[in-house]
Amino acid sequence: MSYEMTGIIVLWLFLYGYLIVASVDFGAGFFAYYAKQTKKDHLINQLISRYLSPVWEVTNVFFVFFFVGLIGFFPDTAYYYGQTLLIPGSIAIVLIAIRGSFYAFENYGSKRSNVYMFLYGATGLLIPAALSTALTISEGGFIQEINGDVRLLTGELITSPYSWSVVLLAIVSVLYISSSFLAFYANRANDGQALGLVRKYALFWSFPTIIASLTTFIALSQHNMEHFQNMIDLWWVFGLSVGCFSIAMWLIYQGKRYGLAFVFVMFQFFFAFFGYGAGHMPYLLYPYVTVHQGAAHEAMGLALVIAFILGLLLLIPSLFMLMKMFLFDADYVKGKK
Amino acid sequence: MLADSVTMSRALTSLTLGFHIIFATIGVGVPLMISIAEFIGIKKGDPHYILLARRWTRGFVITVAIGVVTGTAIGLQLSLLWPSFMQIAGNVISLPLFMETFAFFFEAIFLGAYLYTWDRFSKPIYHWLLSIPVIIGSTMSAVFITTVNAFMNAPQGFELNGRTITSIDPIAAILNPAAPAKIFHVVSSAYLASAAILAAITAFNIIKKKSNPYYKKALKLSMSATLIFALLTAIAGDVSAKYLAEHQPEKLASYEWHFDTETGADLILFGTLNDQNEVENAIRLPKFLSFLSFGDFNSEVTGLEEFDEALLPPLWIHYLFDGMVILGMYALGISMLYLIFLRIRKWNEENKLLLWLIVLNGPLAMIAIEFGWILAEVGRQPWILRGYMKVAEAATTSPHVGWMFFLFLALYIALGVIGVSVLRKLFRNNPVELELEQRYPHIPKKDDFS
Repeated sequence: MSYEMTGIIVLWLFLYGYLIVASVDFGAGFFAYYAKQTKKDHLINQLISRYLSPVWEVTNVFFVFFFVGLIGFFPDTAYYYGQTLLIPGSIAIVLIAIRGSFYAFENYGSKRSNVYMFLYGATGLLIPAALSTALTISEGGFIQEINGDVRLLTGELITSPYSWSVVLLAIVSVLYISSSFLAFYANRANDGQALGLVRKYALFWSFPTIIASLTTFIALSQHNMEHFQNMIDLWWVFGLSVGCFSIAMWLIYQGKRYGLAFVFVMFQFFFAFFGYGAGHMPYLLYPYVTVHQGAAHEAMGLALVIAFILGLLLLIPSLFMLMKMFLFDADYVKGKK
Repeated sequence: MLADSVTMSRALTSLTLGFHIIFATIGVGVPLMISIAEFIGIKKGDPHYILLARRWTRGFVITVAIGVVTGTAIGLQLSLLWPSFMQIAGNVISLPLFMETFAFFFEAIFLGAYLYTWDRFSKPIYHWLLSIPVIIGSTMSAVFITTVNAFMNAPQGFELNGRTITSIDPIAAILNPAAPAKIFHVVSSAYLASAAILAAITAFNIIKKKSNPYYKKALKLSMSATLIFALLTAIAGDVSAKYLAEHQPEKLASYEWHFDTETGADLILFGTLNDQNEVENAIRLPKFLSFLSFGDFNSEVTGLEEFDEALLPPLWIHYLFDGMVILGMYALGISMLYLIFLRIRKWNEENKLLLWLIVLNGPLAMIAIEFGWILAEVGRQPWILRGYMKVAEAATTSPHVGWMFFLFLALYIALGVIGVSVLRKLFRNNPVELELEQRYPHIPKKDDFS
C-alpha cells in the first residue's frame, strides 16, 4: 500500500475517533443544558461531569492530530482549505475555545452558572455544524480558483440544500451517539434514574439520525454525482451500517447489553464514515486536490508514518492506563472515588 | 476592511501568539516546579511542600485550559492565515508539528491522571512519577514547536524552484542551525518565567497576609529556582547571540544598531537614531558586541551596511532587545539578592521592599518573554521563511481577516478576564491557612525556624 493511502486511512481513523469522542462530549453538553431547563438535571448531570472531567483535553487532541496530520501528509490541503475556511474555521476555533476553557473554569473553578450551562449546550451543537462545513466544501462546487487565487463561494454554500443537510446530520448524530454512550455509562454506574432518561434520548434521536442520513444521501446525488455513484457502488458498506444501527436500537429498546449496543453504534458510524470516505477517493478536495498529486514527498510521508507508529507505541499504553483509571474503574464510575 | 489582508494576518497572528505564549510558557515551566515541590515534600515528609504542589496544580489546570484552546487556535490559524507558507511548511517541517501533537497528547493524558489521583496510591512516590511524563510532554512540545520556528529562521532540508519543492529531508529541516540555541533559550526562559511568577504570587501573599512556614518554603523554593533558571537563560542568550552572529548577522546587527562592519565593535544600549541613522544618546560598552558575538573583544562584526535595506527588519526592535536583556538581568539580580538576605541571619528576607521587588519580577519576566518573541519574529522580517518566502507572499488573500481579528480580540479579552477571576476565586475561597488546618491539623502553624 502506498504511503499516501496509509496516510489518508490513518487520518480518517483519527477523524472517526474524533467524531465518536467529541460527539459524546458535545451531546452531553446539550443534554446537560436540556435537563437543567426541564428540571431533570439532578438525574444526569452528576453522571455527565464524572465522565467528562478527565477526557476533555484528549478529545481536543484528536482534532488537532487530524488537521496537523492532514497538512503533513497532504500539504496542498493547507493551501486550499486555508484560503477558503477562514470564516467557518475561525468560528469553530472560537466555539471550541469557549467550550474548552469554560469547561475547565467551571469544573476546576467554581460552581455552575446558567450562562455556562447555556454556552456548554449551545457550543455542543454549533461546533459540529461549523466543522461539518469543511466536509461540505470538499465535495466541490463551493470553491473558485481564478489565476491561482482561491475563493469560497459563500452564497452557494449558504443556499445549498446539501450543505444544510450535512449540518443537520452532524447535529442529530451527535445527540444520538452521545445518548447511546451515556446509556452505557449510566448502566455501568448502576444509576437507574439517569439510565431511564438517557435511554429515552437515545431512542428518540435514532430516527432523525437515519432520516438525516438518507436526506444527505439524496442531496449529495444532486450535488456531486460522481461521489454519489461511488457510494452506491459501495452499497454493502452502508447496508452494514444500517444493520448495526438496527442491532443497537434493538438492544437499547430491550434495555439490555448497553455496552454492546454502543459498540454497534460505533460500528454503524464506522461503516458509514468509511463508506463515505472511500467514495470520496481519490479527491481530498473535489476537483482540486487528490491524495496522489496533493501528497507530501516520499521522505516526509515515510518520516510521518514512522513518527506515527512510534507515537502510538507511546500513547496506546498511556491511553489504556487512563481508561482503566477512569472509564472502566467501576468504583470511579459509581462515584466512590 | 481596515488594512490589507497581509497586515491584518500579521496582526491576528501576533495577537494569538502574544496571548498564547503566556499560557504556553506557564505550561512548560510550572509542571517542573510542581514536580520539584512534590518530590521535596515526599523526601522530607513535609506536608507543606505537598500542599504547595497541590495548590500550584490547581491553578495550573486553569492556565493549561487556556493554553490548549489558544494553541488549537494558532495551529489552525497558521493554515487559515498563511496558506502558502503552510503548503511549503507541510512539505518540509510538518514532522515536528506532528510530534508536538504527540507530546501534547502524552502530557494531557498524564496530567489528567496526575490531577485526579492525589490520594489513590499507597505510596506517594507513585503519584509523583506521574508528573515526569507531564514534564517530558510539555517540554518536548516546546522543543518541537521551537524547531519549526528555528526552521523559519534558518531553513534547510529542501530545494525550492518556483512553487515546486524537491530534495526534501525532514530530519535536516529539524536539525537546522538555529534550533539548538533557540530551544535552549525558549525552554530555559519558560522555566525562569514560571518560577518567577510563582515566587511573585507567594511574595504577594506574604505582603497581604501574615507570613508562615508554608509561604517561607514556597518562596525559598521558587526563588532558588528563579536563580538557577536565570543563570541558564543568560547562558542561552549568549549562545543565541553567537548563533546570530554566525548565521543571521543582519538580525543581530539590527538588534544592536550596528551599522558599520568593524573589529572591536561597541555594544549599544538604548539611545536614539538621528536623520543620518547615527546613534545618539546611547550608552556604549566598548568592544562588547564583538565579545558577545564571537567571545573575542577584537573580532569583526558584520554591520547593516552590507545588506540590502529592503531585506532588513525595522530598527525599533533594538529597544526590545535591551528591554529583554535588562529584565533577564533583573530576575538574576533579585533572586541573588533574596538568597543573600536569606543566608545572612541578621537580614530579614521578608522585608516589604524586597518582597515587592520579587512581586514585580513575575510580570516583568513575562514581559521579557513577550519582548523576546516579538524580537524573534519582527527581527526575521521581511521573511516568513528566511531567504525563500516573504511574509507578504504567504498571507491569505481572503478579505475578511479584519473581522476575524476583532472576533479573536474579543475572545482573548473574555478568556483573560474570566480566567483571572476564576483563579482569584479559586484561591480566595480556599486559603492556604484553611486548607492546612483541614488537611494537616497536627503540624505547627507558627514560625518554627530557629
